[in-house]
Amino acid sequence: MRLERRTRTTWLVLSGAVIGATATVLAVSTLLVMWAGAPVGQTYGLLMKGAFGSTFAWSETLTRSVPLIFTGLAAAVAFRARLFNIGAEGQLYAGAIAAVAVGGMHGGTGFDIAPAVLFVLMLLAAAAAGALVLLGPAWLKAKLGVDEVVTTLLLNFIVLLGVSALLDGPMKDPLSMGWPQSVVLVSDLELGKLIDKTRLHTGLLWAIACAVATWLIMKYSTMGFDIRATGANPRAAAFVGVKTTRTVLLVALLSGGLAGLGGAIEVAGRTSYVTLDMSPGYGYAGIVIAMLAGLNPLGVVAASVLVAGVLVGADSMSRAVGVPTYLSDVMVATALLAVLVATALTQYRLRWR
Amino acid sequence: MMAELFEIVSQGNFWVAVLRLATPLLFGVLGVLLCERAGVLNLGIEGIMVAGAFAGWLAVYLGASLWTGVLIAAGVGALFGLLHAFLTVFLALSQHVSGLGITMLATALSYYGYRMMFADMSSPPTVETFSEMTELAIPILGQQTPLTLLALLLVPAIGWLLYRTPFGLAIRMVGENPHAAEGQGVSVHLTRTISIMAGSALMGIAGAFLTLAAFNAFFFNMINGRGWICVALVVFASWRPGKALIGALLFAFFDALQIRLQTTPGADVIPYQLYLMLPYVLSIVALIVVARRASYPQALMKPYRKGER
Repeated sequence: MRLERRTRTTWLVLSGAVIGATATVLAVSTLLVMWAGAPVGQTYGLLMKGAFGSTFAWSETLTRSVPLIFTGLAAAVAFRARLFNIGAEGQLYAGAIAAVAVGGMHGGTGFDIAPAVLFVLMLLAAAAAGALVLLGPAWLKAKLGVDEVVTTLLLNFIVLLGVSALLDGPMKDPLSMGWPQSVVLVSDLELGKLIDKTRLHTGLLWAIACAVATWLIMKYSTMGFDIRATGANPRAAAFVGVKTTRTVLLVALLSGGLAGLGGAIEVAGRTSYVTLDMSPGYGYAGIVIAMLAGLNPLGVVAASVLVAGVLVGADSMSRAVGVPTYLSDVMVATALLAVLVATALTQYRLRWR
Repeated sequence: MMAELFEIVSQGNFWVAVLRLATPLLFGVLGVLLCERAGVLNLGIEGIMVAGAFAGWLAVYLGASLWTGVLIAAGVGALFGLLHAFLTVFLALSQHVSGLGITMLATALSYYGYRMMFADMSSPPTVETFSEMTELAIPILGQQTPLTLLALLLVPAIGWLLYRTPFGLAIRMVGENPHAAEGQGVSVHLTRTISIMAGSALMGIAGAFLTLAAFNAFFFNMINGRGWICVALVVFASWRPGKALIGALLFAFFDALQIRLQTTPGADVIPYQLYLMLPYVLSIVALIVVARRASYPQALMKPYRKGER
């Protein structure tokens, strides 16, 4: 058995790959639902209803998709340049804590600056914090050849412990009764609601705007060309005059900045303070989303809504039929692997000889 | 401060802790070493350790003997290794993304299984763990479990395998130059698959050590980045079993030290989180220190397709 490169990919093969990947995910999750002894049809029905079945369900799904769009974009732009940023989780927390540092310190007055100016400063600080967390690993990769996957993974733990220390110390909310929680953002900085009586906030518009901006940068700007060229073939890119080291560092700023911005939007739109369980792995889910979207920034928005739907739907389904919520994590992980295989099989065919 | 440090390292208990903390790292580093020597990065380690910890513990909880539990953990590890080999060796997919996918999948499956079987338990159920080898009249080693002895014995065993056997030569060849290996009649795909499965089995045992020797129960987040640390340690160890032992011990030394330092009087002037950061910071420092002279296996992360350059 061996692989042979396809000369062209037909629509039949493409749709077969999509159907095959979906079927694999459903097969794995169905086995788990049956193992839990729950009725399969009802479980999926409840999952779909909890994710997309009502205005409230949609509002919860879209709320959950906001941080995922940011981490998905962070992974998509970095992976495009072959900078394997697995640290979006830490960068998101760095952005969130920086946002609160600018927008919530000084006894909740936020430095006494006009809210509009302070809001911009808050976003800039968050983006800078996220970017700085990634700049170190990117610099080590470019200058010393240190594998960025391991350094960004390890930085997730370091940043989270750092945030934990800040929540116990200088940024502790004096009213939190010992619960590790940061000071609260100035209320002027909180984002408005998109739909009344739901949690859906205008952060969704910020996320979509960032996706469109990223798409424009990647597709039409010189920087975008440099990023794509560096990712496709760094030696060829250097040969035609692309400054690859500089490009990798710029990508790090862009990718880390997007993840950090996601942290700020999450704080301003949903929580208004930082806790240690603010992100249940949004950084890691962002990698799956970027792969599902084929690293396309606009695709990231769609993939984020899909993944958010699975996460939200599993939460509400779990309460009703007693299937652990971790079903959604299994589905997301299986989707990643299935899409990888499906993509490979659109480019290669199996030969039984 | 110096006096306190001396006080800590002069205690026998301290060194018992060092060897205990080094054991899962040693299993893990040797596992990564086997995979990477054959040219394949295995970022599945973090999740495979979770799955090994869960599967080994579950088997013992359901009545299997401790060694059966270890074998089951190794088997589960090898199965995930087979999946990783299928994706990265046979389908030649991105080793980074596939490994991360395996980590997510193995972790999610373990947590799902745990939540489903022990939904209504308020405190984690426990098992009877491996006991210390007090019959060995050797200080420090006598206060360890047999799994630590196994890890230590694996160091020369894997060294012998890699440098003294034809199969070890095949592993190193497919990791350095798969085209030349194929030319010599070595099957690149088969050799890599076996190496990944064996390495992943060791990662599974690394996890089982935590639930069957170090603790007596399974907790969420109990691996806590130990797998990633192993991936950094193997670079520090220049992909050599002997240096892997030194790396694991050195690392465990600092880990044990930070645990002791946290409890010394006056230690609370520094937030305890900074002590906990030390292992992760040290891993990055270790990578930077060896960066200039690290000689990666030449074919690491390069997929091999027969007949394609």
